[in-house]
Amino acid sequence: MRKSSGWPGFAWARRRTGVSGFGGLPPLSGLAPLGGLPPLGGLPPVRPRGSLGALRVRPLVRPLARVRSLRQFDWVALSAVLGLGVTGLLLVSSATRVALMQAGADPLTYLKKQLLNLVIGLILMLTVGLLDHRKLREYSPLAYIGALVGLLAVLSPLGTSVNGARAWISLPGGFQVEPSEYAKLGLILMTARVLGDVRTADRRPGLPDVAIALACAVPVIGLVAAEPALGVTVLLMILLAGLIVLSGTRLRWLALLGAAAGGVVLGAWWLHLLKPYQLQRLTAFVNPGADPSGAGYSAAQAKMAIGSGGLLGQGLLHGQLVAGNFVPEQHTDFIFTVAGEELGFVGAVIIIGLLGIVVVRALLIAARADDQFGTLVAGGIAIWFAVQSFINIGMTIGIVPVTGLPLPFVSYGGSAMIADMLAVGMLQSIHRRQSRVPVGRSAARP
Amino acid sequence: MSRPSRWRLAVMSVVSVTLLIVLAARLWYVQVDTGGRYASLAHQEQLRTVLVPPVRGQVLDDTGRPLAANRPSLVVTVNVTELSRQRDGGRAELWRLAALLGIRDRLLQNRLRLCTALVSQPCWAGSPYQPIPVRQDVPERIGLQILENQEQLPGVAALVQPVVSYPGGASAAQMLGYLQPITAQEERQRHLRLTGLASADLVGQSGLEAEYDADLRGVPGTQFVAVNAAGAVTGTIATARPVPGSDLVTSINARVQAGAERALATAIHKARAEGNLGATTGAAVVMTTTGHVIAMASYPSYNPAIWTRGISERQYKELVDAAGGEPILNRAVQGEYAPGSTWKVTSAAAAVAADYSLAGPYSCPGSVRIGGRTFYNDNPANSGAMSLHTALVASCDTVFYELAYDIWRRDDQKANVVTGPHAPVQKMQQMELAWGFGKATGVDLPDESAGTVPTRAWLYRFYTQHKKLWCRQGNQFGSYVQRIEYQDCRYGNIWEPGQAADAAIGQGYVTVTPLQLARAYAALANGGTLYRPRIGAAVVRPDGRLVRRITPPVAGHLPVSRQVLAYIRNALADVVTQGTAASAFSGFPLSKVCVAGKTGTAQVAGKLATSVFASYAPCVHPRYVVVMMIPDSGYGADVSAPAVRQIWDGIYGLEGHWAALTGGLLPSGLPRLITRAPASHATAAGRRTR
Repeated sequence: MRKSSGWPGFAWARRRTGVSGFGGLPPLSGLAPLGGLPPLGGLPPVRPRGSLGALRVRPLVRPLARVRSLRQFDWVALSAVLGLGVTGLLLVSSATRVALMQAGADPLTYLKKQLLNLVIGLILMLTVGLLDHRKLREYSPLAYIGALVGLLAVLSPLGTSVNGARAWISLPGGFQVEPSEYAKLGLILMTARVLGDVRTADRRPGLPDVAIALACAVPVIGLVAAEPALGVTVLLMILLAGLIVLSGTRLRWLALLGAAAGGVVLGAWWLHLLKPYQLQRLTAFVNPGADPSGAGYSAAQAKMAIGSGGLLGQGLLHGQLVAGNFVPEQHTDFIFTVAGEELGFVGAVIIIGLLGIVVVRALLIAARADDQFGTLVAGGIAIWFAVQSFINIGMTIGIVPVTGLPLPFVSYGGSAMIADMLAVGMLQSIHRRQSRVPVGRSAARP
Repeated sequence: MSRPSRWRLAVMSVVSVTLLIVLAARLWYVQVDTGGRYASLAHQEQLRTVLVPPVRGQVLDDTGRPLAANRPSLVVTVNVTELSRQRDGGRAELWRLAALLGIRDRLLQNRLRLCTALVSQPCWAGSPYQPIPVRQDVPERIGLQILENQEQLPGVAALVQPVVSYPGGASAAQMLGYLQPITAQEERQRHLRLTGLASADLVGQSGLEAEYDADLRGVPGTQFVAVNAAGAVTGTIATARPVPGSDLVTSINARVQAGAERALATAIHKARAEGNLGATTGAAVVMTTTGHVIAMASYPSYNPAIWTRGISERQYKELVDAAGGEPILNRAVQGEYAPGSTWKVTSAAAAVAADYSLAGPYSCPGSVRIGGRTFYNDNPANSGAMSLHTALVASCDTVFYELAYDIWRRDDQKANVVTGPHAPVQKMQQMELAWGFGKATGVDLPDESAGTVPTRAWLYRFYTQHKKLWCRQGNQFGSYVQRIEYQDCRYGNIWEPGQAADAAIGQGYVTVTPLQLARAYAALANGGTLYRPRIGAAVVRPDGRLVRRITPPVAGHLPVSRQVLAYIRNALADVVTQGTAASAFSGFPLSKVCVAGKTGTAQVAGKLATSVFASYAPCVHPRYVVVMMIPDSGYGADVSAPAVRQIWDGIYGLEGHWAALTGGLLPSGLPRLITRAPASHATAAGRRTR
């Protein structure tokens, strides 16, 4: 092993975890090193450890313990998430208010719905955050199966098409679920599970592990691509690639995989696997003026809205283009245009900054995670948020083709919000686990 | 955690942060560096300019009573383009709308068709892209139903618009004129700022509404409205208020106008009751001796409100139907009638100008023979020798026949025979032209007729125009008209002594408009100043500020000395007391108001005489002139003179009438106008059909 010379930003983090004596060795590596795909239901029980185990016996003390657990949350990340969520509420309200008023409906309808989404998301986030993250590892196959089932249901008569993509399941009571949002979580958990429990001597996943991970990912990505949801497909591919890279797979294997991926992309191009509208979106990105009423319209309008925001913006609820509903889907995928026009450069950069805090904190949590599974999950989540934010914001300012990806925590939508919050919950859970190491903490303060 | 993971995490962090920095950098470029460009692009994108129709000015009488007023009205319009987009071409929708508005489906469809050479009213004269008004004064309840059922009635809108109303009904209809949507041609010519709303972009098409359109119409306001991607208005950004049109204060007195119309109608009805069924039309003019028109009546009339409600085919036919009297014509300025003996004032002046003495004596036989034709006086007995005074008072035709013949004989004979476009004008006609006949008066009304003074040059033009017709129809042994045509075909270009004689008593080729006659008598009465008559008195802003006063410009001066004019006026005063109008004015309180005038009975081939009476009052320092002309009705003294007497009664409040003018005087200043608040019609234009 080479001498570890960490990245400066992670030095103190490594100290904290490193001094604890784990030395990067997954503490539970001996518990379930079954290798490959664990048989469903055949997992050995995870033995409770620490306070969590004790709590099981003394349920009366649990609430108090929970409060203590809350203190172990990553409040920096959580504050950023809350900030984004509240900003999202305001922007969603601004984006939908005028149209709702014109339709004679309650102008706060979307605000209320999004508030409900946020509250449900926060509750789920707290619930997941209070779980031991090893429980997540245990449940990850379930999450994976659940995502697969959801994606299959989309193709069944339960599925609903919106804007040409069959991506939603209609539930009774007017609720709609977008399984591709949960597929992101499922893929991260499953891949982390497969690549996190490697049996090889140098703790790097070998080709068999990668092959299993790919085998697990292909149905998910395939089903999403079949919807078709180009944005999510691309995101899932990047996620998978990122996780494989993060898992420590040898560079030569990575090179091989990269070559294979390139072949697949070329093949898709040759075999016309892309839908015409997807191709059109891609070409419209290159030349938005070519078709201002069609594919390029969204891009051009979005750029115009953001551009007209200037340095300080028009002021919340004062965006003229927002009020005119010029940008399609301005409350969901194009919510950033509302921020751009109404809050200006300053407000938009603050949103980017908040997203940056979440991503960087997620990466920190990944670096500090006490097992490889935690590192991969947190790292995957970081990649997810970073890439999705980049694609979403990028498409509104004309550096990325227009695809259907929401802005994490900000865009209107229940499935996205809940999936994002579940991810934050997982981050908290992983964070709690490593931050409970008392030695590390004291050692961190010389 | 394995080392490679940590390394790779570090790389990933760098990548993530870089991505975010790229976003921020790009944002800086889009929002701050080039933000201004996008902002202005966005501005064009989201803002629409909507022109807000201004309130049109009113036409008021001299005391401020509205002749043409504006009132708000709920108007239902149909967007034909929107209609045609429907599967059945909007058939079902029109049916629903007709039921809702309570009009027949057929009528609704007719109002929406476009006017062409073959399609006449009701039809749409404006642009097919504008919403077409189909019904005005719609009850609010129905307007709300239309607005609420937009999915049932796409392209149908209900909006408040100012609508012209006519408090006087049919009174002064032709003089006021009417409004119609601007035509494409006018749009090109006049460069008006239009609102695009057809029912608001009205222009005056005749009468005062056309003449003073620029003053009355006002300037549309501009409303910058934010619109959404669907084109629906989401809010108003800025408003430049429309400038309401100015009011036109006229010199018309609504009561004198009403009185003149009543007198005119009564005279015509009476003539018909007496069996003169040809008496169907006529005109009367009341004006000051300084050129302001006080009343202008044309019979028959119509209610101009039919224009604003969307005229029906039947109504339009009635307006332009010659058999129905063509009520659309303003006969006071467009009717050309033979003036008869009222013309003799010019002939007398011409005789003096040609060095004939006023005192005479001139013989007044029962008939004279001129140029192979016998000309009869109305009175068959020989009245003996008389002065021009008596000739005017008794209206002796033969005196003027002889005078005209004498002038003709003394004139250049070659010019009489060889007429041409530049033939010299005979003395008689010189005087007639100098009195303002034979050319438009220049009154502030469009489409005025010029009348005819038969000069030799005119005769030449007339001959070249009609020679073919005369030669085809003329018959040496046919009817009276055919015999004349036969002669005219051969000798029509020769200025014969008979024509000169006819012209001297206001017959033959001579025609005048009632207004021409009135202003000539005004000139006679005021001492010789010929004015261009004016109906407008002032243009006043809605807040009461005076824009400009309108005074009748001087068109010229009669080439007649004051003494001669006074001599003629004396004669005209005697006409009423002892002359041809004495019977018509018997019992009239001349001691209170001395009226002077001249009767005219112009014989027209194949018809009854045109009855004319031209008068002014008071005899000393005359203020007003009243003229009436009723063709095909009978003697001037029998038909027109009693009606004119009635008008004088109304003006001064004599013989049981209410005085229209207190003390016989016009209001000294401009009326104090009730300040109109600049009414906002923003709602009318603010709503746009998608």
